Amino acid sequence: MTIASTVADAPVFDNRVAFADELITLARTDARIVAVCNDSVGSSNLTAFRDEFPDRLINVGIAEQDMVGVGAGLANAGMIPFVCAAAPFLTGRSLEQIKADVAYSQLPVILCGMSPGMAYGELGPTHHSVEDLSWLRALPGLDIVVPADSLQTRQAVRSAVADPRPTFIRVGRHKVPTVSPDDSVLTRGVFPVLRRGTDATIVATGTLVSRALAAASTLEAQGLSVRVLNAAYIAPFDTKAIEAAARETGAIITAEEANISGGLGAAVASIVSQLEDGARVPLRILGLTEFAPTGSTDFLLDYFGLTADHLVAATVGALERA
Amino acid sequence: MLDSDTTQVQAWRQAREELGTADASRVAEILDERARATRRSILRMISKAGQGHVGGDLSVTDILTTLFSAVLNIDPENPTLAARDRFILSKGHCSAALYSTLAHTGFFSPEELSTFMEPLSALNGHPNRNKVPGVETNTGPLGHGMPVGVGAAIAAKLTTSGSRVFVVLGDGEMQEGSNWEALMAGAHHKLDNLTIVVDRNRLQQGARTEDTNGLDPLDDKLASFGWEVREIDGHNYSQLLDAFAGSTSGRPVAVIANTIKGKGVSFIEDRVEWHHKVPSADQTRLALEELA
Repeated sequence: MTIASTVADAPVFDNRVAFADELITLARTDARIVAVCNDSVGSSNLTAFRDEFPDRLINVGIAEQDMVGVGAGLANAGMIPFVCAAAPFLTGRSLEQIKADVAYSQLPVILCGMSPGMAYGELGPTHHSVEDLSWLRALPGLDIVVPADSLQTRQAVRSAVADPRPTFIRVGRHKVPTVSPDDSVLTRGVFPVLRRGTDATIVATGTLVSRALAAASTLEAQGLSVRVLNAAYIAPFDTKAIEAAARETGAIITAEEANISGGLGAAVASIVSQLEDGARVPLRILGLTEFAPTGSTDFLLDYFGLTADHLVAATVGALERA
Repeated sequence: MLDSDTTQVQAWRQAREELGTADASRVAEILDERARATRRSILRMISKAGQGHVGGDLSVTDILTTLFSAVLNIDPENPTLAARDRFILSKGHCSAALYSTLAHTGFFSPEELSTFMEPLSALNGHPNRNKVPGVETNTGPLGHGMPVGVGAAIAAKLTTSGSRVFVVLGDGEMQEGSNWEALMAGAHHKLDNLTIVVDRNRLQQGARTEDTNGLDPLDDKLASFGWEVREIDGHNYSQLLDAFAGSTSGRPVAVIANTIKGKGVSFIEDRVEWHHKVPSADQTRLALEELA
C-alpha cells in the first residue's frame, strides 16, 4: 500500500457524482438495482439514472416513511433498492422504518444519506445530519459506511451490490480530496491505515479524513509521528484497529462531522475505556456539541474545531496530558 | 427458522383442492371449520402466555383464514419462492392470529404455538421474518405494512413475476400518516396487483375509533385517493372471496372488511376492554366451548 501524502492543495470532489456514476454503471448489467427517492432526483444526483432507467427510478414524492418502506418491499421481492434522500430526512423522519423494516427485518435496503453532516451549511440544524451516526449505530444489523472520498464512494456502491445487506451510506456533498491510494480496497468493518505512526493516532471519518492527514503532516514537521485511521465503517466497527492504536500509540484523537453523543468518538471511547491498565490512553473527541449557528459548511467546521489546525492542537494537548 | 409441517401441509392442500371445486355452502363450511380451529388456537395461546391481543386476533381470523386457505399463491414447504404472493400483517400485534393461521397452513407445526411469547420462542409478541416462515416483514409499530406492500407490488410489476400483494391493517392503524403516504403511492403507480384489507372492527385500544380520531367516511377517503373500494362483511366467506378477486379497474383495491372485535366469543365481542385483556381459565374454557 502506498501512503497518502499531504492533501492540502489537492483537487476536491463531490462524492454524489461518483455515487451516481457508479450506480448507473452497475445498473446497466444488474436489473435488480433500482433507486427510490423522495422528490430528491436533483439533490440525490439521480437525473442521469432516471434518464437511462425511467422505470427503475421510483420517486414516492415527499414521503420519507413510505420511501423506506417501499425500499423494504422492493428488497423483499429480490431487488437491490438504493433509497436516496437528504440524510437528515432519511434518517430522522424514517428512523422507525429503518429500525423495523430494514435492520430488524434484515432486508438488503441500501440507504443513501445524501449531503450529510453540515453540508447544507446556512440552511441550519433542521437540514444538518449530525445525529445519523448516533441514531443508526444503535441499530444491530445495519452497516454504516462513511466514504472519505470518491474512490471509497464507488467502492461502497459496488460492495452494496456484490454483498447486499442492510446498509446506510453517507454520501458527502461537501467537496473532499482523494485520500485513498489508487490500489486501496474497502473492506467491511476495516479502517484503512492512511498513515503509519507511533506517537498518537487520529481516527477520522468522512470529511475529516483529509484534515487528519493534513494535521499529521504538520505534526510530523514538529517531530511527532501520527497514525491516521480512516473510519470508513462506523458499523461494523474496527475494534482491533482501535485496540492496536491504544496499545501502540500514546493518545487517540477522533474527528467526525457529527454530534459527539454516540458517534465515532463515543465508539472509540467505549472500546478504549474497557482496555487494560496502560492501554487506556488519553482521548480527544472532536465533533458537534450543540445545534449549529448560521454559517457555511467551512465556517461551521472551523466553529466546531473540525480543522487540521484544531486537530494539531488536540493531538499536542492529548500527548501533553499523557 | 421453523420448519414446515408435513401433516398440516397435506391437510391444507386437501382443503385447498376441495375449495376449488366445492359449491358456496361447502366452501363456507370448510372455511368456518378452519377458522374455528384457528380461533381455538388463539385462545389457548393467549391463555397460556398470559398476554396477547385477543380482540383483534378474533376479528381478523376470517380474513386470514380465507386468504391463506383459498386465495394466496403460496407454498408452505417453499416459503421463499420468488413468485409467491406476499402477505403482510401490518397490525402485527395480532401475531397470535397470524401464527395460528401459518401453523394451520403448514408453515410450521401447531405444537410450536404453545411456545407463544415464551423465552427464546420464535413466536415473539410481534412477527419476525427471520424466525417464522411465511412472515414477510417485521411489523408491530403501526403504519409499516402498507409501504412495504407498495414496494413489493412495484417489484412484482418490474419483474413481471405475477405476484399479488395483500396487506391487512387495523382500522385504528389508519390514523398513522405513513398509510396515507402509501395510499397515494399505490394509486399513483396503478398497483392493480395490490390489495389492502382494513379490519374495520371500530375499536382501538382505548375507545371506539370514531370517538378517538374518526375515520369515516373511510370508503370515500380511500376512493378519493384513487383506490377501488370494496366494502364487505368481514366474517362472510363468500363476500371475502369476492373481495379478494383481482382489480377490475386497473387501480389498487381497498377492502373495508366490517368485523366484530372478539368475533366468535360472546363475552369478548365488541368490548373495548378485550383489546388485550387475557381470559381467565374459566373464560378460556367457556370460549373454547363456544368455538367448538
